[in-house]
Amino acid sequence: MNFGFGKIAKGEGNIRQLSFITLCTFILMCWLLPDTFLTVRNFRSMSFQFPELGILSLAMMLAMLTGGIDLSLVGIANLASILGAFVFVKIMPPDSPEGVVLVYIAGVVALAVFVGMSCGLLNGFLISRLNVPPILATLGTMQLYTGIAIVLTKGAAVIGFPARYSVIGNGSVAGFGVPLIIFILLLTAFTVLLRKTNFGINLYLIGSNAKAALFSGIKVGKVLMISYMIGGLMAGLAGLIMSSRTNGAKADYGTSYILQSILVAVLGGVKPTGGSGYAIGILIAVLALQFLSSGFSMLRFSNFAKEFVWGVFLLAIMIVNYFTNERNKS
Amino acid sequence: MDKILRKNEFWLFCILLLMAFIVGGSNDAFWSRTNLFSLFKSSVVMGIFALGVLLVIVSGGIDISFPAFAVFSFYITVKYLLYIKFTGPVVIPFAMSMAIGTLLGLMNAFLISTFKLIPLIVTLGTGSAVTGFLRAFVGTGTLSNLPQPLIDFSRWNIYTETLSDGSVIGFSGSFLILIALSLAVAFVLRRTTLGRGVYAMGGDLTAAVRAGLPVPKLYYFTYGLVGALAGTAGIVHCSLIRLANPRDLEGAEMEVIAAVVLGGASLTGGKGTVSGTILGVFLIVLIKGSLILVGIPTDWQKVAIGVVLITATALTAYRSSKGGR
Repeated sequence: MNFGFGKIAKGEGNIRQLSFITLCTFILMCWLLPDTFLTVRNFRSMSFQFPELGILSLAMMLAMLTGGIDLSLVGIANLASILGAFVFVKIMPPDSPEGVVLVYIAGVVALAVFVGMSCGLLNGFLISRLNVPPILATLGTMQLYTGIAIVLTKGAAVIGFPARYSVIGNGSVAGFGVPLIIFILLLTAFTVLLRKTNFGINLYLIGSNAKAALFSGIKVGKVLMISYMIGGLMAGLAGLIMSSRTNGAKADYGTSYILQSILVAVLGGVKPTGGSGYAIGILIAVLALQFLSSGFSMLRFSNFAKEFVWGVFLLAIMIVNYFTNERNKS
Repeated sequence: MDKILRKNEFWLFCILLLMAFIVGGSNDAFWSRTNLFSLFKSSVVMGIFALGVLLVIVSGGIDISFPAFAVFSFYITVKYLLYIKFTGPVVIPFAMSMAIGTLLGLMNAFLISTFKLIPLIVTLGTGSAVTGFLRAFVGTGTLSNLPQPLIDFSRWNIYTETLSDGSVIGFSGSFLILIALSLAVAFVLRRTTLGRGVYAMGGDLTAAVRAGLPVPKLYYFTYGLVGALAGTAGIVHCSLIRLANPRDLEGAEMEVIAAVVLGGASLTGGKGTVSGTILGVFLIVLIKGSLILVGIPTDWQKVAIGVVLITATALTAYRSSKGGR
């Protein structure tokens, strides 16, 4: 299977540059923090932190491939995790036997998938059927989904999950964290979806030229609808991991993930105007961001300083891409 | 008559009246002068922001960094003025905040026009960078002892009245600033070459370039002005609430964009009016301020605004796609 590695070897545009940046970040952090960064413990903790951002970034990439954007992803994730939390807190009888708890957990996962896809469906409907620009549609639904979450919880955190549930966010299988395994599975599925299916190819075509895609007989509306539904589904799964890892669900959790997922997508070589980007780029970019983030935490940077760095980083990457593209053109 | 009926502003005005009567009908407190004065007062800051967002949407772009710029401008201004123990005329803090906002706006323009970057992503980046910079390196504490000129400004009323229970209510003079700025922006957009250029650029960028319009200059003009308006809105906001809080106005971009879109501006650019925008602002302020009066808990505020925004944009988009066919 071609995971895009061939493209990297051939020097496909921004991905080689990105791998270099990631490697440099890694070496820099190892050099600055030899005792704390380059440890098994740190790597283990990082492997639990980045998958949720990685999954959201994959969803963001999907929207950006068609030239759109999905600002409602974190809203969907929180709504899905809150509804799931309600199942545990309000519906599941306390002291349920092990088997019943597992059934409820399966139910919560199914619910998150359903909520995610329904939210995505509304986004897709607004964007593809009513022709609302993606920024506006998802800005509105972000407000709506977050609003519903606030109404449901009154803004407080919902806590009290069964111990078993924390496996999704904190468990390990054969030494690998469950979130990491979920992320890798989704990444593989995405690569196949984008590279090997008609749906994926149509996405790229719509992103490069929507009008041409429409005239060549691609059902643009349907493809857009499905892509936003898959995005919502991914956000729902990310929500599950978030609530399981932190053992709580809250309406305003992880709001900085919106900026970060766009940053990861752009850093990973996804063109914001659509039509180009690789799933493998997301993996490398999310790693770069995680190295920086963990390193900064160890260097005692405040969250605000990180916010500053993310913003500057996003702009810097866009400028570097501009110069690379200009050079390639001439 | 036919012409009036087809105008977006007319329908907005009808909806506004209708909503006022619904809210007023279910709760008499709505018509009290205390409530009406406070609604006008709370539309000032949002209105000034909306004028900036109108400009940028007409130009075919978008700006989500303006609340961050506003906070940055007023916080630095207040912090500096407190440091030098400022007591001069109130014009100085306004000019200072406006100047800081303008510089930040020009930074957006530079990034967008020089590197041909997408406004949404640029302003997402600059917004985050500016907020992060402010809180990491300038301060996170709320300043509650504003310089005296700003406190005096917040007490400035153009009309005061003593109620039967002895309390005094007033119509805030800050509303005059909104009126003045609205007239100025309307004049610039309609009567000046620059303003017409902004419409042309938003209508069709390629055509604007071919027609020889100075597009880079228009970017600097638009985003610079957005920054200036953000700085002004910021200092008015902090003066009216008598606090300089660096965590303020988070998420304000959402409501302001909603108001401007409600007001009939099209996100694809080239379309939008000042009168529509101001009506849109009144509508959002009315919805936000009246939920409690009609017995809806404030928790529902986000949902209400989300639904209004989605419905409004969906209707507009649907109507224009019908019209196109």
